[in-house]
Amino acid sequence: MDVLDILLQASFWAATLRIATPLIFGTLGELICERAGVLNLGIEGIMTIGAMSGWLFVYLGVDLWTGILLAAMIGAAFGLLHGILTVPLGLSQHVTGIGITLLASSLAYFTYRVLLPDVATPPRIEPFQPWAPDWLLAVPFLGPVAGQQTALTWLALVLVPLLTWVLYRTPLGLALRTCGENPVAAEAQGLDVYAIRIGAIMAGSALMAVGGAFLTLSAFNAFFFEMVSGRGWICIALVVFASWIPWKALLGALLFGAFDAFQVRLQQMMGGAVPYQLFLMLPYVMSILALVVMARRAAYPQALMRAYVKGQR
Amino acid sequence: MTAPGQEPPLLRLRGITKRFGSLVANDAIDLDLAQGEILALLGENGAGKTTLMSILFGHYVADAGTIEVMGADGAPQPLPPGSARAALAAGIGMVHQHFTLAMNHSVLDNVILGTERLWSWRQDLAAARAKLAALIETTGLAVPMDARVGSLSIGEQQRVELLKALYRSARVLILDEPTAVLTPQQSALLFTTLRRLAEGGLGIIFISHKLEEVLSLARRVAVLRHGRKVLEVAATGTDKARLAHAMVDRPVELPKAEPQPVGAPALELEGVHVAPAAGVEPLVDVDLTLHAGEIVGIAGVSGNGQRSLAGLVAGTLLPDRGRLRLAGAAWPQGGPKALIAEGVGRIPEDRHRQGVVGDMTIWENLALEGYDAPACRRFGLLDLASFRRRAQALRKRYDIRGGGSETPARLLSGGNMQKLILARVLERGPRLILAAQPTRGLDIGALAEVHRHLLEARARGAAILLISEDLDELMQLADRVAVLYRGRLGPARPRAEIELARLGLEMAGQGPAGADAA
Repeated sequence: MDVLDILLQASFWAATLRIATPLIFGTLGELICERAGVLNLGIEGIMTIGAMSGWLFVYLGVDLWTGILLAAMIGAAFGLLHGILTVPLGLSQHVTGIGITLLASSLAYFTYRVLLPDVATPPRIEPFQPWAPDWLLAVPFLGPVAGQQTALTWLALVLVPLLTWVLYRTPLGLALRTCGENPVAAEAQGLDVYAIRIGAIMAGSALMAVGGAFLTLSAFNAFFFEMVSGRGWICIALVVFASWIPWKALLGALLFGAFDAFQVRLQQMMGGAVPYQLFLMLPYVMSILALVVMARRAAYPQALMRAYVKGQR
Repeated sequence: MTAPGQEPPLLRLRGITKRFGSLVANDAIDLDLAQGEILALLGENGAGKTTLMSILFGHYVADAGTIEVMGADGAPQPLPPGSARAALAAGIGMVHQHFTLAMNHSVLDNVILGTERLWSWRQDLAAARAKLAALIETTGLAVPMDARVGSLSIGEQQRVELLKALYRSARVLILDEPTAVLTPQQSALLFTTLRRLAEGGLGIIFISHKLEEVLSLARRVAVLRHGRKVLEVAATGTDKARLAHAMVDRPVELPKAEPQPVGAPALELEGVHVAPAAGVEPLVDVDLTLHAGEIVGIAGVSGNGQRSLAGLVAGTLLPDRGRLRLAGAAWPQGGPKALIAEGVGRIPEDRHRQGVVGDMTIWENLALEGYDAPACRRFGLLDLASFRRRAQALRKRYDIRGGGSETPARLLSGGNMQKLILARVLERGPRLILAAQPTRGLDIGALAEVHRHLLEARARGAAILLISEDLDELMQLADRVAVLYRGRLGPARPRAEIELARLGLEMAGQGPAGADAA
């Protein structure tokens, strides 16, 4: 098997999309928060609690889509907490975000342990099944790739143009971006900066939680400890890589997914000649390199991480 | 024209009172504004002008008093306090001193922001574009609609602020120190525009501490002092002296620079070149010699290379080509610390961010540049008691008010903060002083103080590089003035040979500044 052969396999591309899906949700969610001027380092924990709660609700008997919805609402609730602490109270966004991550992931593990104290193997649920429209399945090469994806992946892909439209073509998007550029300008035009920023954090956090829930309800069929394993942090880097632009975020997520899918296949190809940890490292090294190339000229939202408190100059 | 009082005024403020702790920022202020009237609000910094207008615009809530705005039906309506949205809806527009623009967005985006229903799937950009084009047409406020606001000049950005208010059909327009950032020509243009807008029925409140422009523009002048309205007169029936007296309640004498012989070169720039880079204003082949006992003024609108010139002298920037010399010797290596040791004093442009450490106390800030001298140590440790004693003495000598030695520097007013910086710099007896926009935003009292200190340093033999946008200041202090435009420095000509009007033109790029520099 050759390196080029890998790129021609439908299974490689199918894996790329699957790996990229939670990253697309997470990156778009983070992007919304940061466009409104708030860094959300709670993402890792919010993805974890999204993964756990989505799985738990389905395990307790609700259907898959309701599980996704409930996970999103729990994500939004943690977003609200982050928003209240960082927006009207103006606390440090870094410290608060890390606190949210610790709180949300610990709460997820705690809840899981309390409700299922005695299980040795994680209980399974019936996850999302692959689905694709028939016309797409009929396309050569794309068909087999699409045929392995679940509805959540399609949802993630649809979100990219949708978010682009909202950010750049609606009054709400303009208001949100202005809160991230210069909240004083938004306030002076009669907009409620607090409401817009908190709303953006809640919406973004809901997407992060959906990204987490994808892991338990689509990629796997159970909840494990440490299952998010740094995906949230990757999303933070991808937002910078994407220069805060949705379609570039999609590109970044796909790129990371491709590297990850690639290294698994490279491991198999190389056998035991090279320690496998080197391959595991590969996507992260490539991400850092891509970040260096792409993000050097990135235009930050000017008010990112700057607290805005009304009545203070 | 209708005299105020015959019909209900457009805007009526009654008994507005606002306290910040023990400070009474506004004390029972009454104010009326009629349609088509230009009212000037005059006062020193801290007199309460901006506080009053911030209450009107909903940034602050008054402790007492009412505001009424004439509604569309002509009847006065009370204005709900504390809501910028309500003020906008009532037809009040405000152009803040520090622009409230999103620099990375287009002009159009800045103007339409907040004017549409927030929850909508699309923006009606075509209609907005047409409305803005018509507005630009009728008001003559020409700006490229699709340009990024950050790429516009300061004058153009101000026009965007005016358009923002007019786009919402404002009937009352408040301008907070609008000429602080403009050249004389830009100011004249702004005044023409404002007069035309007033003729169209707009009521305008114009905040300023510059007497000339108040008298030339306003129909009525209200003077605030220590939060009280102390005078309200028709502009035609008063003069500068009366207004100045009402404003400060003490005679203010602006010190004059007496001619004196100059000494040896203290600062020399030869063919200094700074390449453009992110956040760095370029300089092109700048030559300048500054002698001991001389003040050389650099005129120009901000953004033409002043920051780089200041950075070079302050030691935070190195030239890409050319060289600098200090008192005839090679430029000290080792950045700001070496320069301070060699007798360079720096008064930076941004006193909040570069001049002081806001959260540190006054005595700590006063000690920032000399704390590592052996004399400041006892048993190898810093002798804090001596710092505090020194701070006491300096606060007295430089009249730094607004707190004790333990007060955080950020709580000082602009004037007192500048006096703190002057105290720190001048006490070291520097032979070269960089004064970048030393009186920007200061009122006439603090300004006179700063000027007096700079002239004393000059009499002592210090060489002073005075970078300023204020032409009056340059004409009062500088022995020679050169214009900086787009990175090129014109010849430094003696003050006596300079005409103010021509200087203004050169600052806008219409003059020999570039040609002579070549």
